[in-house]
Amino acid sequence: MALPLTSQLINVLAALLLLISFAMLSQRRVLSLINLYAWQGLVLAVNTFTVAYSTGQDHLYFSAALTLLLKVLLLPWILHRLIRKLNVKWDVEPLLNIPVTLLVGIVLVVFAFNLALPIAQLAGTITRSTLGIAMASVLLSFLMMITRRKAVPQVIGFLAMENGLFFAATSTTYGMPMVVELGIALDILVGTLILGIFFFQIREAFDSLDLKHMERLRED
Amino acid sequence: MTEILSVLGLPLLGALLLALWGHKRRAAELNALASGATLAAAAALTARVIADGPLLAVQGQFFVDSFNVFLVALTAFVAFTTALFSRPYMRIEQHRGKLGPNRMRLYHSMFQLFIFTMLLALLTNNMGILWVAMEAATLTTVLLVSLYRTPSSLEAAWKYFILCGVGIAQALFGTILLYFAAEKVLGAGGGALLWTQLNAVKAHLEPTVLSLAFVFLLVGYGTKVGLAPLHNWLPDAHAEGPTPVSAVLSGLLLNVALYAVVRSKILVDGALASHLAGNLMMGFGLLSVVVAAFFLSRQKDIKRLFAYSSIEHMGLVTFAFGMGGPVASFAGLLHMTVHSLTKSAIFFAAGHAAQKTGTQIMDDIRGLLRQSPTVGWGLMLGSLAILGMPPFGVFASEFLILTTAMHSHPWATPFLLAALGVAFAAIFGKVQPMVFGETTAQRLPHPPALLPVFAHLALVLLLGLYIPPYLADWYRQAAALIG
Repeated sequence: MALPLTSQLINVLAALLLLISFAMLSQRRVLSLINLYAWQGLVLAVNTFTVAYSTGQDHLYFSAALTLLLKVLLLPWILHRLIRKLNVKWDVEPLLNIPVTLLVGIVLVVFAFNLALPIAQLAGTITRSTLGIAMASVLLSFLMMITRRKAVPQVIGFLAMENGLFFAATSTTYGMPMVVELGIALDILVGTLILGIFFFQIREAFDSLDLKHMERLRED
Repeated sequence: MTEILSVLGLPLLGALLLALWGHKRRAAELNALASGATLAAAAALTARVIADGPLLAVQGQFFVDSFNVFLVALTAFVAFTTALFSRPYMRIEQHRGKLGPNRMRLYHSMFQLFIFTMLLALLTNNMGILWVAMEAATLTTVLLVSLYRTPSSLEAAWKYFILCGVGIAQALFGTILLYFAAEKVLGAGGGALLWTQLNAVKAHLEPTVLSLAFVFLLVGYGTKVGLAPLHNWLPDAHAEGPTPVSAVLSGLLLNVALYAVVRSKILVDGALASHLAGNLMMGFGLLSVVVAAFFLSRQKDIKRLFAYSSIEHMGLVTFAFGMGGPVASFAGLLHMTVHSLTKSAIFFAAGHAAQKTGTQIMDDIRGLLRQSPTVGWGLMLGSLAILGMPPFGVFASEFLILTTAMHSHPWATPFLLAALGVAFAAIFGKVQPMVFGETTAQRLPHPPALLPVFAHLALVLLLGLYIPPYLADWYRQAAALIG
């Protein structure tokens, strides 16, 4: 059975999203990570727009515009400014065992698809096949947060996780109600700004943004 | 309607004013005034709900019933007494040069904003806005935990942000799944996340999706409740932040997070024929009680000690709500109230004790009673109350929880009794030498505020001896709702 053009496009975009998640997992340079994050936002915005166009859900146009504004323009701009001011723009993070991390990532993707299968079958949306990808990108961002030892990449992992959740919301339900989406966007924006302030405090106290200095509070 | 808007508007206004003038000399009074006004508005709202019953406002976006109205009143009350306590406490910290004017402005403004987010989480009828408010509550407190900018406070705040951020992301996924199930019955749009509408159709919601949603919601909001094994952020954040913040985190935020879990449980119970939600909550609750009790004896820092005690008590409440039934839910609600009052009182006393001795290490805090009988007795009585000694209210609620557990889940009682015993030995053994004996305490540059401590303890004592009929009515109605 041939799929209509829009759902083929949605599937392509979902595949791109998953690829970007894997790229983020293996990317060592902070600057490239931010660019990847912006690309991921763009894929999300285009995807939301396509879904809006093919289903006639008007509020999704608004949601796509919000994504474009916040995740492609504003947040990457803030992050770029931050790393320039913090002077970590060209930082390269030594990552152990990229191949192993990627293999764990593949296992997570399989797991996510299995978990999503029963829910996706209940969904009546044209995007339901992408729920597995949405869950996979949430899990991959989570893996990224675990493996990173520096503050900025950890936060980008956190933001990427929110992207995955947003994708899950569009693929199961055509997006959350508008007021909730606005609230979530506000939280993400304020959170990023607060973390920006926080980076400076951390660097002032520890002289670096390496989280290995921050392992002193523990039970002995 | 006016009452709800003023309960939410006043702390927001307070935050705005304090963002401008929070560093001035009278800022602490303004902070107390804003909290006092919020308390008055909450009292008016409470009176209205007592008179008219459950209330829906602003096209159903806000909802007040017997379950959240007492939490609103409790939140406003503890916020007010904490503001009173924070006035001399923060003045002493400033006097000692730990905080400059800009930090005081940040502190005052964020304090009010934090109260606002908690009240919003309690009053909203929209499960999505509930999530937004919980996340906002984390964001406002991150900068409060790191207020002193010491390496350990920054580490605590970072851990708090990352763990609660990841946790709350799970809750967002749970909310998405809830919306997905609801949309099939209620249709797309804003109405499908309104709790009252969900509650009306809960029997028709898809059970598979809802049980998965509940797992995510429980893990997500459970991180903020401090349930083991997701509790790691809690002792650090409590120990490193300023004491008024520890008091509101422990006394209020944990309650609000648990409120979110219980609201979700009500929906899931309606959709599922099984007791899945209750069993999960009992498991997590019991694990938290046991884990926390065994960590208590290893603590050296006074605020960490009582932070672990909060994990233990929140575990106990979660266990009670998990058991369900009119008696256990009644006991859970009562325990939420008395724990919040007692624990904030203990933090007030412990904060002044740490200031008097210049340390939070318990081995160096000695003989508080000799230097200051009020701080000493405050800490001692507070500890006895939290350990469940009669006639304090904690005894009544723990007794009800234990007897119900013996009746319906006898296998759990040995764990609970052992944990309570271990907790008693650990806390009492540590508090006793701090209060009695040769003193290491010194006079403070400003007189400490102990009125809140004794006001809270008096209320806890009152609840142990006599529960006013309207309060008992609320608890009963709310318990019937929770099931």
